[in-house]
Order: sequence, then structure tokens, then C-alpha cells
Amino acid sequence: MTLATIDPIHRARRTNGFDVERVREDFPILARKVHGKPLVYLDSAASAQKPRAVIDAMSRFYEEDYANIHRGVHFLSQRATDAFEAARAKVARFLNAAKADEIIFTRNATESINLVAQSWGRKNLGPGDEIVLTELEHHANIVPWQMLRAEKGFEIKVAPIDDTGQIRLDAMAKLIGPRTRLVAVSHMSNALGTILPVREIVRMAHANDALVLIDGCQAAVHKQIDVQALDADFYAFSAHKLYGPTGIGVLYGKYALLDAMPPYQGGGDMIDRVTFARTTFKEPPHRFEAGTPAITEAIGLAAAIDYLAELGPSLVADHEDDVLAYATEKLTAIDGLTIHGTAAEKGAILSFTIAGAHAHDVATILDQQGVAVRAGHHCAHPLMDRLGVTATARASFALYSTRAEADALADAIGTVKRIFKL
Amino acid sequence: MSDLRDLYQEVILDHGKAPRNFGHPAGANRTAHGHNAMCGDTIDVFLTVDDEGRIADAAFQGQGCAISVASASMMTEMLKGKTQADAHHLFETMHALCTGHEDEADLADLDEDTADRMQILAGVKQYPMRVKCATLAWHTMDKAMNDKAKEDLSV
Repeated sequence: MTLATIDPIHRARRTNGFDVERVREDFPILARKVHGKPLVYLDSAASAQKPRAVIDAMSRFYEEDYANIHRGVHFLSQRATDAFEAARAKVARFLNAAKADEIIFTRNATESINLVAQSWGRKNLGPGDEIVLTELEHHANIVPWQMLRAEKGFEIKVAPIDDTGQIRLDAMAKLIGPRTRLVAVSHMSNALGTILPVREIVRMAHANDALVLIDGCQAAVHKQIDVQALDADFYAFSAHKLYGPTGIGVLYGKYALLDAMPPYQGGGDMIDRVTFARTTFKEPPHRFEAGTPAITEAIGLAAAIDYLAELGPSLVADHEDDVLAYATEKLTAIDGLTIHGTAAEKGAILSFTIAGAHAHDVATILDQQGVAVRAGHHCAHPLMDRLGVTATARASFALYSTRAEADALADAIGTVKRIFKL
Repeated sequence: MSDLRDLYQEVILDHGKAPRNFGHPAGANRTAHGHNAMCGDTIDVFLTVDDEGRIADAAFQGQGCAISVASASMMTEMLKGKTQADAHHLFETMHALCTGHEDEADLADLDEDTADRMQILAGVKQYPMRVKCATLAWHTMDKAMNDKAKEDLSV
């Protein structure tokens, strides 16, 4: 049974030629049931499901072209190296980077941020320096800086948000000054969906000769990213949220910055010449890719980027906006439900609490109806403190989400209210 | 839906909404803090153990889901008048029931009401991701008893 058989409106739903029902067929897992109910997967912000194109590309690579890269002179090593470097070039085009050498493959966005902290940060931050974060940050863009602060003794300033969950640019402007070396911000909040005015933030930072690192984990999925237009110094994202595999992430960095940065980890593949007296290192990006990387995962990421390009990023964005608007309307109508994050600029995330029912109880009851949502602090304790909640339930939408799934969510919330007599 | 009613029974909803023994009694002489990093639930357990080693009073403070608050609330009711050995036995029984090791749970010594309440809380075993919600208060209580017991031994 597909979702279309639950709600005939859903089958008829088209957003300007974007046929979500056909698109859903590209994702094998969406056909499965959970607790005897059709899966309504509303946890894509934690990790997105994978289209067959990605799964097949990775299987095909293992079956036909697999070998280690940058090492062998043999046929398969050459094939694998070409495919891996082609994936790098594809990511560069995806972000509109000036060249492929500005793309470093990491394990995930968390590692990308740690790389900037441990390489650029360790070299450039010290007593008297300041970095600016925001209240919206994921722990991945807080903890690496705190760890480095403990060693280097710089200061961390935190830019506040307003009650809609949007950054307060006026307050942020006051925090950015001559001591600021780096501004590290989310492009889109994983907990609230807020899309931050990163172009403005970059302008403010650059006016003070500070660099900007953008955590693009959520934004890269929902928006077309142009790192040159943003003038971002560093941009990080993970493949697994972008319909690609786990185990691979990306750090974009302006080449001149990367070229001046020391290695992050040592090992094979990142060296120029090794003697026991001294070692010289390769140019970026290889300087930052010690050891055998996630080769097949890079192929999978490239396939995911191709898949998105074929669907048409603007059609996908329109579709997600439509589902978000519809779901927001449905949930707003539910008595006792509060939506956290109501900024004018928002991506496809709905964080909510229900008076009288804890987010974990909500998530368990939704799960029993087949509706998968995240419940908890969303790796953003400081943001939860700011909102005055310990946990929220979060429904996140993807290109394969439908209005019928928003209806299923609203119905399942009705069950929560019945069980809790709310 | 029927499965969910087994978990979210009236008694759980009632204790979750209006927890008993919620607060920090002035006379408490054994306390411990517990938290669940995955979901952010926190609890402080306060026990007042009298000269004969019996739990004269049991209370808690904290925040969490219905299961965790109800479990803490029901636990404090069960503990009153129990010895340290009784309390540890209750903890082990609860742990065994919630983790699906019913064969290791010894309910024979418990009064009918206590055994019934433990079985209700043990409904959580159908939801592996939620077991820690039900057992957090019990682990914290056991820690409170044991930490103090160690101090007593060292005197």
C-alpha cells in the first residue's frame, strides 16, 4: 500500500510538475511499513532516506570499479581515483566553489568544523581573540570551539535570537568587532528551521576582517548554495542529510586560506615526502585527507547531487515549502500545540511541544502510528534553554514528503491528545 | 492504540501529571542526581533513612516524560518503610522486569499492590528506546542508597 491509497488528494497533488508520488518510488524504504502502518518518515533532518540512484551507484562502484585511490598504477586504481576526483569536482559545482581543490572530504560536517578548529583555529586563535557563535548552533558548532578555547584562551561570544527564532542582527553587529577572528553560524537551524541571513553576517564579519564558517548541514539540502556569492570562507555539510551515504562530509574553504593552514591529521595520502627527519605535506585538499578516505561514499554523494539536479532544485524547494506551509497550518490549528520557530525565513522543519504531553511520549505515540519524528534536545542544549523547554518534537520534511503525511502527523497528534486526555 | 493503552495506563498518566512526593524534604539524608543524556531527563532523589535503617521518607524532583515522572512518583510511594535491602531488591526486580528478564524478577516477597504497579511500569519493555525513562529514578535511588552506605562503612 502506498500513501496515495490513504488519501486520494495526495495522488492528485502536483507542485508545478513535481510529481511527488513518482519521486517516492525512487526511495525503496518508503514502501515499508512500521508497526503495521505505512511509514511516514518525518525525520529527514536527522538523516534523509536514500534514492535507488545512490544505492545503485555505490553497489555498481563496488562491483565494477573499486580499488584504493591515489596509489596504484593499475587499471582499477586509476578508475577509482578518477571517480573519486570527479565526485570532488561535482561537489565543487554543487556549491559553486571556484575550483575542486577547495573541497575537502571529511567524515561528516562535525569533522569539517573540527578540522577548521584544529587547523585554522589552533594556528590563529589565542588570548585576546574572540569568535562569535549564535544561540541556534548545534553542539557540533559549539563544542569544538570550547575544546580549543580551553587550550588557547580566546573568548566565545554568542549572538542572541528573537522570539521567532531568527538571529538578532543588530545584537550580533555589536558583538563583532576588531577582536573578532571568526564568526561560525548555522545557515539553517536544525532545531527550528530558521534560515539565517548569512550573506549579511558575512558582510558584517568581513568588514571587521573576521572569517566566516557556515554550518550548512540543513541548508545544503533545502537551498541552492553559492559559496562565492555568499563569500563564505568555510562551508560544511554532510552527505547523509543530502540523500547520500553516511560516513562522508564536506568542508569547502577558500583556497588561499586552506593553503595557509597546517595539516589536521597525519598519515598516508597527505604527504609530499617523508623522512624521519622531516615531512613535507601535499597541497590542499589532499593535505587534509590523511589515510584512505570514504571512496565509495564519495561516489554515493556524487550520485545524490546528480539525482537532485535531475529533479530540479527549485521544484524541490517549492514542493518542500508547500508541504511545510500545509503542515504549519494543520499544526497551528491544534489546540495546546506550540510551534517553536516561526521566523519568516524557514526551511522544512517544524519543532513543537504539546501542553501536558512530553516530547518523548509524543514521539512514542506517533511512532506507533508509523510516524517517525525526532524528540529531544536536537543536540542544541543552549537553544532549548533559550526556548525554556527541555525537549521538543520535530517533524522535518524532505523532497519525498507529502501533504498526506502532514495529515497523518496531525491525526497522530490527535491520538496523543486522546491518550493524555488533553 | 491498544498497546499504547497498556503503556499509558490511567495510573501512569495520573502520576505523570500529578506526581506524589515531589519536593526536597528538609530531613533527607541520602540523595543522588540522575540524568539521561539522550533525552535530557533529570531527577534528584531524596531519601530520609531513620536510625533503624528504614526509609522514613522518599521524595524526588526533576523533569521528564510521563513514564519517567510516573515511575519516580510510584517508586517513592513504594519505598516508604523499606530497609536498604528491600529497596535494593525492588530496584533489581524493576530492572529485570523492564529489560525483559522476568525470570530473574522475584515478585514473591512483594505485596500485591507493589507487584501490580511494577508490572504496569514494566509495560515499557515493549518500547526499548524508552526503558531508561522508567528505570532512571530507580538507578538514582540505588545510587543514593549505595553511596551513603559506602560512607557509613568508612566511618
